[in-house]
Amino acid sequence: MEIFLNYLFAFLVGGILCVIAQILIDKTKLTPARILVAYVCAGVFLTAIGLYEPLVKLASTGATVPLTGFGYAIANGVREAVDQKGIIGALTGGLTATSGGITLALILGFIASLIVSGKPKR
Amino acid sequence: MNKENYNIYISRRAKKSPFLKNCCFAFLFGGSICALGRIFLDIYLYIGMEQKDASSLVSMTIIFIAFLLTAFGVFDNIAKIAGGGTLVPITGFANSVVSAAIDSKSEGYVLGVGAKIFSIAGPVILYGITSGTIYGIIYYFWTLLR
Amino acid sequence: MQQIIDFKNSASILSYYSVVGKSEKEGPIGECFDEYCEDDMFGKSSWEQSESEMQRLALKGALEKAELSATDIELLIAGDLLNQCVGSTYGLLDFNIPYVGIYGACSTCALGLALGGALLSGGVCDKCASVTSSHFCSSERQFRFPLEYGGQRTPTSQWTVTGSGAFVLGREGDIKIKSAVFGKSIDMGVKDINNMGAAMAPAATDTILRFFQNSSHRVEDFDMIVTGDLGYEGSEILKDLLLSNDLDIRKNHVDCGLVIYDRFSQDKHAGGSGCGCSASVLAGNILKNMQSGAIKDILFIGTGALMNPMTLYQGQSIPSIAHLVHIGR
Repeated sequence: MEIFLNYLFAFLVGGILCVIAQILIDKTKLTPARILVAYVCAGVFLTAIGLYEPLVKLASTGATVPLTGFGYAIANGVREAVDQKGIIGALTGGLTATSGGITLALILGFIASLIVSGKPKR
Repeated sequence: MNKENYNIYISRRAKKSPFLKNCCFAFLFGGSICALGRIFLDIYLYIGMEQKDASSLVSMTIIFIAFLLTAFGVFDNIAKIAGGGTLVPITGFANSVVSAAIDSKSEGYVLGVGAKIFSIAGPVILYGITSGTIYGIIYYFWTLLR
Repeated sequence: MQQIIDFKNSASILSYYSVVGKSEKEGPIGECFDEYCEDDMFGKSSWEQSESEMQRLALKGALEKAELSATDIELLIAGDLLNQCVGSTYGLLDFNIPYVGIYGACSTCALGLALGGALLSGGVCDKCASVTSSHFCSSERQFRFPLEYGGQRTPTSQWTVTGSGAFVLGREGDIKIKSAVFGKSIDMGVKDINNMGAAMAPAATDTILRFFQNSSHRVEDFDMIVTGDLGYEGSEILKDLLLSNDLDIRKNHVDCGLVIYDRFSQDKHAGGSGCGCSASVLAGNILKNMQSGAIKDILFIGTGALMNPMTLYQGQSIPSIAHLVHIGR
């Protein structure tokens, strides 16, 4: 039962975060790029005021996989780094916490550019 | 008809996106990607990884899947249906990096791929890091005051 | 202000040739195009080169059809959507003909025919050629997103046609370019890159109204009033705007962007757009019908959204233009 609930919450919270973005795409003039920027900043802000942590506790990947989770990782990384190293941590914490994802995306992008050519869309 | 009236007129008559359908698909695809992430998380925790490492490995796994789908040219076809459902999860970030890299290949590896790889994902990193740093500074002074 | 330029029966279309991509070949009028390529690459390694190759093939085909060689052509008038019109510049290099590059966005085909007609009737040259093209992949790269980027298009967005059309113009021929109206650039404040039809419709309205107000022709004189690429959205707006000016073209209006794709089976949203849209439909379908005598007189209105991504980001709206040519036997 608990496992089922884990998956249910991941699905529900993740799904709702995506629906909010879809509403913004369809009902406002916001472009997808602006929405993604808003999501990351919202993730940082909600984490900073302590509202995102409970959501992660509840939904785990449902809250960490969406782009707000990227902001969550940045904010957490910054806070831990500031705790350990003081003010310098404000500059190092964010990228350190997200370095894995950014590096992997960059490397994979490079590999893709080596092996793939664009296909015409239909 | 002046500009203002014309714009009201055209936006009124413009065919709207199928809003409910889009939202349903966004919910299903987005939810499924997150649930899939949860499966990976449980696997990584089961084999004894730490929570924090397992969590970032989940992101990397999903980035890798998005890379494969983009490289094989199917991601755009899925995203056409899923909309926000593939945009908001880390899949959208990975797709924007990989697709920009593939697309700019014809301009060479330095000024093409190198310069344009972040053409779409760049703003996300810039503003994520900027807001994170601002938070860090505020947090530092707040801990001093405490 | 001179509204209608009369070419006094001294400008005609000697031959025409169309080259398209796969989606266009699979469309409702796919059978009528002269040449197509299965993978849209045309044997080249970049999309920009593919577009150039289309223009080369189109002009080569048109010259062969007219049984002329490149040395017979005194002037090339060509353009496309890409920066510096590279599609034309590179594609037409090998012909070694004096070249005039033009930019009219998707109205380029009509602009080229109008300019060619003016030069012929003015006695500047005896034979010239007009070529234009667009390629979905090269346009997508320049104006929107990378090809593999996953995004959703709105129902009002249009799909850039992969296609090219070439026309050889001379004095003596069955199909005459009778007159032309050059468009004014008109900006109605539309900023939505996904609703180009709405941006272009006011320009088409202005040009069509100027034609009918200044000529003795009536709408019924024409078998077809063909607009370039207003798509579904723009066509409806155009008909609305004209009706409010007491001009009813509903019976004989045809839009190239609507005939080139099947609106229901092909996922192309509001229809086709791009220079290649009106050029390939005119060369592939309409002129063939005119040659066979099925239609006699048409108005061909190329519509272009003069859209620049940079000025759009700077907050400016999209100006548009429409050039009209009267083609008939």
